[in-house]
Amino acid sequence: MLTEIYDPLKGEMFQVMDQTGKIVNQDYMPEISDELILKMYRTMMLSRTQDEKSLQYQRQGRMLTFAPSMGQEGVQVASAAAIEKTDWVSSAFRENATWLWLGQPMENLFLYWIGSEEGSRIPEDVNLLPIAVPIGTQCNHAVGIGMSIKFRKQNSVVLAYIGDGGTSEGEFYEAINYAGAMNTPNIFIIQNNQFAISTPRSLQTKAKTLAQKGVAAGIPCIQVDGNDIFAVYAAVKEAVERGRNGEGPTLIEAVTYRIGPHTTADDPTIYRTDEYHQEMLKTDPIIRTKNYMIEKGIWNEEKETSLKEELENLVEETFKKIEQTPETSPEDIFKYTYAEMTENLKEQYEEYKAFLQRRDK
Amino acid sequence: MAVLNNIEALNQSLMQMMETDDTIIVFGEDSGFEGGVFRVTKGLQEKFGKERCFDTPLTEAGIVGSGIGMAITGLKPVAEIQFQGFVFPAMNQIMIHAARMRNRSRGRFTVPMVIRMPYGGAVRALEHHSESIEALFAHIPGLKVVIPSNPYDTKGLMISAIKDPDPVVFLEPKRLYRAFKQEIPDEIYEVPIGKARVMKEGEDITVVAWGAMVPECQKAIDMLKENNVSVELIDLRTISPIDKETIAQSVKKTGRFLVVHEAVKSFGAGAELISIVNEKAFLSLEAPPSRLTGFDVTVPLAKGEHHFIINPEKIKNKIMELINF
Repeated sequence: MLTEIYDPLKGEMFQVMDQTGKIVNQDYMPEISDELILKMYRTMMLSRTQDEKSLQYQRQGRMLTFAPSMGQEGVQVASAAAIEKTDWVSSAFRENATWLWLGQPMENLFLYWIGSEEGSRIPEDVNLLPIAVPIGTQCNHAVGIGMSIKFRKQNSVVLAYIGDGGTSEGEFYEAINYAGAMNTPNIFIIQNNQFAISTPRSLQTKAKTLAQKGVAAGIPCIQVDGNDIFAVYAAVKEAVERGRNGEGPTLIEAVTYRIGPHTTADDPTIYRTDEYHQEMLKTDPIIRTKNYMIEKGIWNEEKETSLKEELENLVEETFKKIEQTPETSPEDIFKYTYAEMTENLKEQYEEYKAFLQRRDK
Repeated sequence: MAVLNNIEALNQSLMQMMETDDTIIVFGEDSGFEGGVFRVTKGLQEKFGKERCFDTPLTEAGIVGSGIGMAITGLKPVAEIQFQGFVFPAMNQIMIHAARMRNRSRGRFTVPMVIRMPYGGAVRALEHHSESIEALFAHIPGLKVVIPSNPYDTKGLMISAIKDPDPVVFLEPKRLYRAFKQEIPDEIYEVPIGKARVMKEGEDITVVAWGAMVPECQKAIDMLKENNVSVELIDLRTISPIDKETIAQSVKKTGRFLVVHEAVKSFGAGAELISIVNEKAFLSLEAPPSRLTGFDVTVPLAKGEHHFIINPEKIKNKIMELINF
């Protein structure tokens, strides 16, 4: 059990691949096919490309405020890759690579960030809850889904994501404690990207690791190198097994780095020095995964160039398509409030339609 | 006299009050080092140190709860909730403790605390960043709720809020943060809590608004000049306690009443104002006292928000409906 070997109270972090892409912990290298590694790499690159393009679109005034996931694609893809289609995911708002992996269409991701409720529409066969902006609120939903799974005697598990700042919220503690008490098949993944907007990890808590918060909840917990896809995959796989075997929840802290701003409304140069930023860029999960693949002989610069080109085209075409999305109709503003529109809402809707008709005459 | 926008007016009022009273403590998420996501508290940590202006962990319940503890023991906390949409984890503390401590302890413990937060829509913001929930706070006995619409009132009301012996929820319309500047006095001055202001006198109809709706009503009034309608515009400034007298006096003169708010319609502050008009000026009414508000829906995201937002055209339309009643 990895959670018994790596003790977060002693500050031990689980790593399989170092930041150059070298396997430094062969004993715990998960069984993982080249095909899966390539797929993970592709999704990481797709998410990165989407973020980079989105930043451009945002500067051009074609997109609104959004929260880039750049730098965190490793933990996101590797954790999502460790679960099955029948499992569930309850995420926060910075899990773009996870969403792509699970099959949330990129069109919808763009729609959300350009201000359309259609962006929160999730395909029927994707077990993912909509983005949860209010910090920490998604964790207890995951506990409830865990209870539902137990109640129905299913064999699924639930992944919930939260950030380093989120672990200071009461709801986070409530959720990990509750999941422990109920012995639900939950896996809580903390994406510790070092900053909650401008507030550094060191100001969030006196605890040495965020993983150790699981100790008081009595649940297995581990800190992993979140930019190491193999470590994340192995740790999540183990947690998934635990969940499926009825052995309850796990807390995983994935140490990573937010390369970009909190959102496009934020200026990280105020609170991060360039020296620090440059140093942290070296931990990029994409660089190390690429190095690993090249070393293994399953990747080369030629493939890289062609993948980049393909993904750039894909992102551009997708964005162009959704950019033409019309404004939300008045009907769509009203009709999802209740199963059936109330008399009160019907009255307001009719009044508004009459106002628009008079105006447009 | 300096020409300041609302952010600068807030910053100046905090700066000046902290200079005069070293028990004032300012804190919140990103409020310290960075000076807040809107830079309202910019420079305070630098000037007064980390003990008096600091970043908290992400803990809205903690921010308000600790503020209550500070206030009970003689400090004057000015706490920031980053966006109104994130206040809900703190509602327990606000309603159960901040608002009730004086009553429960029979006056021994009091909570002279300011809880600041930006609110309101029309800035094409992310989900949960555009609501107006002043009525939720105003429904809690023991709280005062203020909303300034211009830099002069912003500074004066913030100073009054800090000096107030009871908890004050200070709502800042974020679309007005940098919308315009105004010349305001350099010195410390107060705008009384609980007093509305007649922005413009008129004869035909009383319009009451607050926050970002005040400039929208002014635009509507400008549009109405050609219709020969004389509007009396009142900026409520304090949602709770309401200045009943100013409103009653105005309606007795004009005979018509419209309240305009960005918040959803049902159970809103508009309903309270209409009740007051009915109670205090019923016999003067020439048309049903009315409200123009947001629909009873979740505030739409940017691509549909314009349907929800109250614009001058909607206001003009509603005013004419009441004039022609």
